[in-house]
Amino acid sequence: MPRPGFVLEVDRSTPPILFHHGESLRLEKLPAGRTRVLYPGEPLEALDDPEGAIRHALDHPLGDSEPLHALLQPGMKLTICFDDISLPLPPMRRPDIRQRVIEAVLDQAAAAGVDDVHIVAALALHRRMTEAELRHAVGDRVYDAFAPHGLLYNHDAEDPDNLAFLGTTPHGEEVEINKRAAESDLVVYVNINLVSMDGGHKSTATGLASYRSLRHHHNVSTMRRSTSFMDRHSSELHSSNWRMGKVLRDAGVKIFQIETTLNNDTFGTSGPMAVLQKREWEWSARDRASFIAMKGGLDRLPARARRKIFHAWQAPYGLTSVQAGEVEAVHEATTANVFRQQLVEVEGQTDILTMGLPYICPYNVNSVMNPILVMCLGLGYFFNMYRRRPLVREGGVVIMSHPTPWEFHPVHHPSYIDFFEQALADTTAPPEIEARYEKQFAEDEWYRHLYRTSYAYHGVHPFYMWYWGCHGLAHAGKVIVVGGEPRSVRRLGFTAASTLQDALAMAEDVVGRHATITHLHNPPLVMADVT
Amino acid sequence: MAGLPSAVSRYLPRLPFPFSAPTVPRGVELPPRKPRSGADYDTAWARRYPARLARAALVETVGRPAVAALARPEVHGLDRLDPLVEAGDPVIFAANHHSHVDTPVMLTAVPEPWRHRLFVGAAADYFFRTALTSAVSALAIGAIPIERSRVSRRSADRAAALIDDGWSMLIFPEGGRSPDGWGQPFRGGAAYLALRCRVPVVPVHIDGTGKILRKGRKLPSPATARVTFGHPLVPADGTDSRRFGAVVEQAVAALADEAVTDWWQARRRAHAGDSPALTGPTAPAWRRAWALGDPDRRRTRQRRRWPEV
Repeated sequence: MPRPGFVLEVDRSTPPILFHHGESLRLEKLPAGRTRVLYPGEPLEALDDPEGAIRHALDHPLGDSEPLHALLQPGMKLTICFDDISLPLPPMRRPDIRQRVIEAVLDQAAAAGVDDVHIVAALALHRRMTEAELRHAVGDRVYDAFAPHGLLYNHDAEDPDNLAFLGTTPHGEEVEINKRAAESDLVVYVNINLVSMDGGHKSTATGLASYRSLRHHHNVSTMRRSTSFMDRHSSELHSSNWRMGKVLRDAGVKIFQIETTLNNDTFGTSGPMAVLQKREWEWSARDRASFIAMKGGLDRLPARARRKIFHAWQAPYGLTSVQAGEVEAVHEATTANVFRQQLVEVEGQTDILTMGLPYICPYNVNSVMNPILVMCLGLGYFFNMYRRRPLVREGGVVIMSHPTPWEFHPVHHPSYIDFFEQALADTTAPPEIEARYEKQFAEDEWYRHLYRTSYAYHGVHPFYMWYWGCHGLAHAGKVIVVGGEPRSVRRLGFTAASTLQDALAMAEDVVGRHATITHLHNPPLVMADVT
Repeated sequence: MAGLPSAVSRYLPRLPFPFSAPTVPRGVELPPRKPRSGADYDTAWARRYPARLARAALVETVGRPAVAALARPEVHGLDRLDPLVEAGDPVIFAANHHSHVDTPVMLTAVPEPWRHRLFVGAAADYFFRTALTSAVSALAIGAIPIERSRVSRRSADRAAALIDDGWSMLIFPEGGRSPDGWGQPFRGGAAYLALRCRVPVVPVHIDGTGKILRKGRKLPSPATARVTFGHPLVPADGTDSRRFGAVVEQAVAALADEAVTDWWQARRRAHAGDSPALTGPTAPAWRRAWALGDPDRRRTRQRRRWPEV
């Protein structure tokens, strides 16, 4: 029986606590008597028979939907869309759950005599997936059957000939999505809900959309009113996507949503990384030896080798649930299953929130975690891992641990380089950045070309990363980066500290002495339900 | 420093975590530790490739020469397993038990494809008494703990899971070594597992190992052992483990008869139901010992003239 997550009150007997630190690790002694640590739950039991569970979900849909086999007919146009490389994190071991689901859907389509099938990676403005990444996601069987005939491809949000405008919401939000999906008799969306933010109408309304559509919810105003992204009912981002979902439905786009949830088995229960998901006081002699060896080795390796080692890791995630059918009914069941794994009740807010940022975020899979992504991961994702109230009080201090090197992947993140050099050098205030620079970057022909033909994130993507953290930025009184490269940390508008103790001393200037501290022991993922 | 005596470790500076064991925060309950010995000892590690490789190396480089030197085993009846060789499906080898030498003799006598995918049902109260003996038993002979003092579902489940996973089992259904040179009644474990996992039982008779190292002796003395494999026994439809256990015991008794007479006589007596029982005559101890008819010369020679005081 896996143990649920819990809140540890740190005392003098508490050993140093693990902090992820980019492609390295730290052990930090936290002050006793005023610190608590939020630990994730142990991985839930994975389903014994994933294929059986998928078949059951397809045959017993939720909400107002017929079983998949009843929706499939000869001569119809079927489009299967799936989440891109940004999910799950880290990538899961083969077979990826998308492969299992897509194969089950295709089996039924073949049995029903459906000939016209397209498979689309719903990547919105993310970089295109490489052949290896597509093969990993959908499996070799699917890839070899569809990709050579041009029937498996990445969504292109800048291809005017393959976008369809479907209308506007009552709030004036334009809805423009992939034309093939819009004109299909049935869209089957295959989703991985690693966190509660994923899925629902956001899958189609964001994953298959164009910049024209995305700008209505990926903006500073919407992001600041999304408190938090992880709680759909308090997220303006989701409200906007739900409105767009209604436009899609009214325009006749029929969606059969398949959502899956994974357990917390990020680093495995055996092997060299297993120590990273154990509680420190339960580390055995072997765990300690592997930690010492891992840290010693990592600290001596060049950054490129460290990155290669970490990005080669594939998580042994287990499937905890799969549900299919009508979008909203499916998403309600899915979020309940995500919360079952991740949600931990926490009493009250804290003055200082600490977090160790790992080597990976949704936008640097097989890539470099540049300073903008550090900000996005800390203030965008980890800060938002809450329901009801943020973990840190308004005006409190956020302390993130990450080396924050001034380093960018030139192929994946070309517009990030200019954003960092040009926009952030001017101002870090999200509204000003949005007003002064967004349009220029979003419509830049060179970035557009790189997005469509190379493997670059869209020109506007670094703006979205900055907006993603703007709620956290506005909420926190100060942001300190422990171990961060001072130059790049200053450019982000944050303060660099050499050690956690220095950072806590700096934080006292803002929140006073004897401030309460909460550490988010993440990953594996944990989400706070703050009362 | 956990391994150092407290008198020594008291004067040594305590290394910081993670170089020393962590302290436990107050109010936190530690999960129960995995048992390091006994019936609940987890032997899964002994079936991973590094352990299998080490065991194969041990058996071939230490076990086989030692067995050859001590027991010079003659192996008979391997041709009876030919129908099963090609499929290589798991089987249960059920043998009589005289000596600790029986296990290494069997580990070297069992043919491929079963030899290196074999586990041994071993007494939890003996082979898994301490952490060290548990680890050595699991590694060296691929043992899993079997509770012999009571019927244990856990032991059966563990063995059945391994058989279902493609592993073959060596079991001594008598539940322990012979105390007096005669066999003991077979217990139902092998038959139960065969019925549960739907695998055949291969009856095996081992003769002569009691002379090498019988129960109560500390040092072995060389002698010749004989291992006879019988025809695989497949449980008949509708049979139960008690009846099938009796069939297995009779098959081993027939093999024992074959070892001391010849195949034809043994077959005739087996069909007539007259195979001599493994358990020997029902008589006072001296007559049972007399009936064995093969005194242990070495022990006679070494017997002390005067009792130790």
